Order: sequence, then structure tokens, then C-alpha cells
Amino acid sequence: MQAFIVNRILQSLIVVLVMTLLVFAGLFVIGDPVQMLVSPDATDIEKEAVRQSLGLDQSFVVQYLSFMRDALHGDLGNSFLTGAPAMDLILKRMPATFELVICAMILATGIGLPLGILAGLRPEARSSKTIMAGSILGFSLPNFWVALVLIMIFAVGLGWVPASGRGETVQIGPIAVSFLTLDGLHHLILPALTLSLTKMALIIRVARAATREVAGQEYIKFARAKGLRKNRIVGVHLLKNIMVPLITVIGLEFGRTAAFAVVTETIFSWPGMGKLLIDSILTLDRPVVVAYLLLMVVFLVFLNLVVDLAYLWLDPAAREKGRD
Amino acid sequence: MTDATSSLPRRAAKKPSRLAMLTTRFAENRLAVFGLFLVVLAILAALFAPWIAPQNPFDLATLDIFDSMLPPGSTGSENGLHYLLGTDAQGRDVFSSILYGLRTSLIVAFSSVGFSMGIGLVAGLSAAYFGGALDAILMRIVDIQLSFPAILVALVLLAILGQGVDKVILALIIAQWPYFARTARSAALVERNREYILAVRCLNLSAPRIIARHLLPNCLPPLIVIALIDLASSIAIEATLSFLGVGVPVTKPSLGMLISNGFEFLMSGSYWISLFPGFALALVIMGINLAGDHLRDILNPRNS
Repeated sequence: MQAFIVNRILQSLIVVLVMTLLVFAGLFVIGDPVQMLVSPDATDIEKEAVRQSLGLDQSFVVQYLSFMRDALHGDLGNSFLTGAPAMDLILKRMPATFELVICAMILATGIGLPLGILAGLRPEARSSKTIMAGSILGFSLPNFWVALVLIMIFAVGLGWVPASGRGETVQIGPIAVSFLTLDGLHHLILPALTLSLTKMALIIRVARAATREVAGQEYIKFARAKGLRKNRIVGVHLLKNIMVPLITVIGLEFGRTAAFAVVTETIFSWPGMGKLLIDSILTLDRPVVVAYLLLMVVFLVFLNLVVDLAYLWLDPAAREKGRD
Repeated sequence: MTDATSSLPRRAAKKPSRLAMLTTRFAENRLAVFGLFLVVLAILAALFAPWIAPQNPFDLATLDIFDSMLPPGSTGSENGLHYLLGTDAQGRDVFSSILYGLRTSLIVAFSSVGFSMGIGLVAGLSAAYFGGALDAILMRIVDIQLSFPAILVALVLLAILGQGVDKVILALIIAQWPYFARTARSAALVERNREYILAVRCLNLSAPRIIARHLLPNCLPPLIVIALIDLASSIAIEATLSFLGVGVPVTKPSLGMLISNGFEFLMSGSYWISLFPGFALALVIMGINLAGDHLRDILNPRNS
């Protein structure tokens, strides 16, 4: 068991290390940032000076090593455009992204789980078939397209909610959040709903499959024979047993949703780190792109690790296997 | 049973062939047939775009700036063209743009799926057949890549490579081959220990020959389903990337690019520039998924 956990943590560290190398190697060959920074009529000497001040004249290995040394100290370089530390820029934007992602996951689980259980309990009912058809739509329609249609209907057509921005925020310590003001909620609902749709479709599918499997088990039949109320059977006995696959999926999808927020944030001009990534890619602001990717890699790998360990803790059968 | 040896005696007993059976079962689901119809329609529209489209949206000579931002159903002021779905800010016929955009979208999708399926097949089948270190290394790479969302991988690659149709295709291949590799491997792991493979191994045939002639055909059904699903997601990812401005170049717009172009006019009420390409995109993707979803049910041996 311990050996398994240590092994798993080591693996995660190796993945992070390999990814830093890949990300850095990839961005080493991206377009020349010096051209973006200096004025068009700068002389070669001026360009060379800028190059040297940014350390871009060094060899690849030297650049990578100094980058890694700084990265371990929490310094991921300064933005080429604003000169501010890239890490700070991203951390400042991070709460907005996480607020959006958490709201989306709550929506996806809150709506998807009951629908999935419903579809799993009565697989042949018309309502179940409608739910499953809806989940195919949620899966397959491109998310940005759904966002567009929602904007057209609710922002342009009906004028119920604004189409962009974050609205009024409330400061909690260093973090600004939108969901505590009415105006903020207004701004939050549409992007959060858009982001949640794909995940909702997935949760419906997983919940349905798990429900169908569990509903046929002996202990459910026994609970029914005991004369327990249906609500109790579903709410306690069934729910407990479909939780293992669901928590795995929700945990893993949390990371994917944070990455996918890039698209939603861009469409709704939500000032999160995803929008920052797109802006930085378009302006060739290399340090910000690298910083975003590294944070994302660490976050996703960490999340994978946590989900694996949670799975071990939740599922006794997997725990047995992990012991070998 | 899916393997070739067991279907031989069946054929001798004059049962309908497997393909015919599949076709009949596929046709039972009207929604799936409708999906297939949409896909075929889209492919034909893309193939014959120059003949169907009333206007060549890339030929600046045919554009009339006085006809810009016309709502659907308008008629051109000078050329007398009928703009079925309206025009965009450059006076381009939206319907023609969709047909040409469909071309770009489908070219990107089909070539990226073709290549990633090829790479995934070679990697997955050899990993399963040879096992050992090759298997361990290949599957580790697949695992690492699958822990990152495909859209993020593609986005990063395009940040490195820059814009361009070929670059989008390359980014999609790199982002999606692991899905094929994993599916091919798990299918091949089952087949590898079947008797017919052991039999051809006894014939001392070369490994590439066994893999290509005997292992591959029997691992194909699950891969065809993955290919279909992947086709839809390739179209969606490409559209998303182009919408974000890092995909195809302005000179060769795909459906995603067209939607992006119209996005700025959406707020002012000129909905048609974005909305109609959007519908075309959604219909194609939905069609592929409807057909793919049903095909998966048919090909799943547990259901037959």
C-alpha cells in the first residue's frame, strides 16, 4: 500500500518534469519575442541588447536550467508585455477561473446526477430516452457554439443577462468573487451553464450506467423486500454505491473543465486565466504561456494523484489490489 | 463471434453475410440513418461546393462591397444574386461561405483522423503483439497524454506551430493518436491469444505480416467507432481553435472561422453571419454522433 502510494507520487513527479522539458522545448522554438517588443525601426544593436537583457542569447540548456531554478523558487519570469511577474498575473486571474469551474461542476452534478439515476432506474421509459438523447447533444455540440446560441437567446434576444464580464465582485481576503452579489450572479450564470453542459452529459451517462448495474444487485432487491421506501433505497443504498465511479469522474473532469474554461472565458470575456492564455498566445507573450501551462500541468497531475488515492480509500476492492 | 474462422461455416450455411446483417440492423434506427444522411449530404456539399455555390467567396472579383451585411433572402444590388442566407461584412454570400468552409473543416477532420488512426493502429497493435518494454513505454506516453485534455494539447501545439491548415491537422494528429493506440491495444490484447493467431504464428510468418493481415482486420470494429466519434470531435476542436483565432488562417476559413467572423456582429442583431455556419457545424457533428452512437451499439458483441 505505502509502496504503491510512493510509487504513484514518484510517477507524478516524473510526469511533471518531462512536461516542463516538453513545454519549454516547444516554446523555445516559438516566434521571436524580441521582434514583438522593440519598435520596428530599432537597430540591430538595440535588438541585441533586448535579447541579452531577457537572457534569450543563451543556449537552450542554460536557459532551461536557469528557468527551472527560478521556477522552483516560484519565479516563472516576467511578462514580455507588461513586465509584471507571469506567476502573479496568473494567480490574480485564477480565482475567477475557479469560481466559474466550481459553479459549473455544481450545476453539472446537481442536474446531471438526478437525471442519470432517473434514466438508469427506468431505462425503457420515454423520459429516460429523452434524457439520453439530450446527453448526446450535450456531448457532441461544440461548446462555443452552445455559448453563442445561449448569448443570442438570453443576452441579445431576451436581455435577461449580460453577455460578458464578471460584474460586481466582493472581496474575500485577497480573492474577489462574483457569486455573492446579484449583479455578479447575473454575469456568472450563463458562462457557468455553458461550461457545465458537456460535463452534465458525461455525469448523466456515468450515473445511468452505474445505476443500472447497482439496481440489479441482491442488496437492492433485499432492501426492497424489506419494504423500505423507494426514496430511501435510492437515496441511501443506491447512491452510496454509485458514488465511487462518480467521484472519480467528477474529480478528473474538474481538471479538464479548468482547462476547457479557456474557451468559455474567451467567449464571455470572463477575466480568468484561460482568457489570459489565449491573449498571451496571440501576442507571443512566452513567459505567461509557459507559466500557465506549468501551473496547469502541476494541477492536473496533482488532481490525478488525489483521485487515484481517493479511489483507493473509497473502494475496498481496489485497496486489496493496491496492496499486492 | 467476430473472427474469420467462425464465420466460414456460417457462410456455407447460406446465412446472410455479416455486412448485410450490420446494414439491416443499422437501418432499424431511423435517427442513425438520418445522421448518416446528414454526413453524406455534408460530404457531397463540400465536394461539389464550386458547382453548388452561387459565388466563390475567395474570389474578390465576385464580391460586391455594396452588398455587405444584407439579411437572409436579399437580392444583390448589381449582380442580381439571391443571397439565401444573407451576406457578411465583406459582401460575401453566407451560403457559399458555408459550402467552402465545410470543405476546410472536413479536410482537416478526415486527414487528421486518418493519420492519427494509422499511427494509433501501428503503435497499439505492436504494443499488444510484442509486449514488454515497447508496450510499457508506448502506453506510458499514451497515459501521460490522455491525462491532458485534447483541446489543451492542440492549443499548446498551435501556440508553438502557428496558424495554418496543415498545422491544425498536425496538432490534431498529435492530440488524438493516443485514443486510437489505446483502443487498438486493448482489442489486440484479446485477439492475440486466440487460436487463429497462435496458428499463424506456428506458420512462422513475419511479425508485420501477422499484425497487418491477421491481427488488424479483427481489431477494426471498435476502431471504426472511435474513428467516427473522433471525426466529430476533430471538427469540433478545429472549429473551437479557429474560433479562438489560433486555427486555420483567414484566407482559408473553416466553419469555426466563419462563426468567429460573425461573432462581433451578433450583439448588433446581424445574427445570420454566425448563426447559419453554426447550424451547419452542429448538424454535421450531430449527424456523425447519431450514426456513431448506433454503430457502437451494433458492433458491441455484448448486444448481439
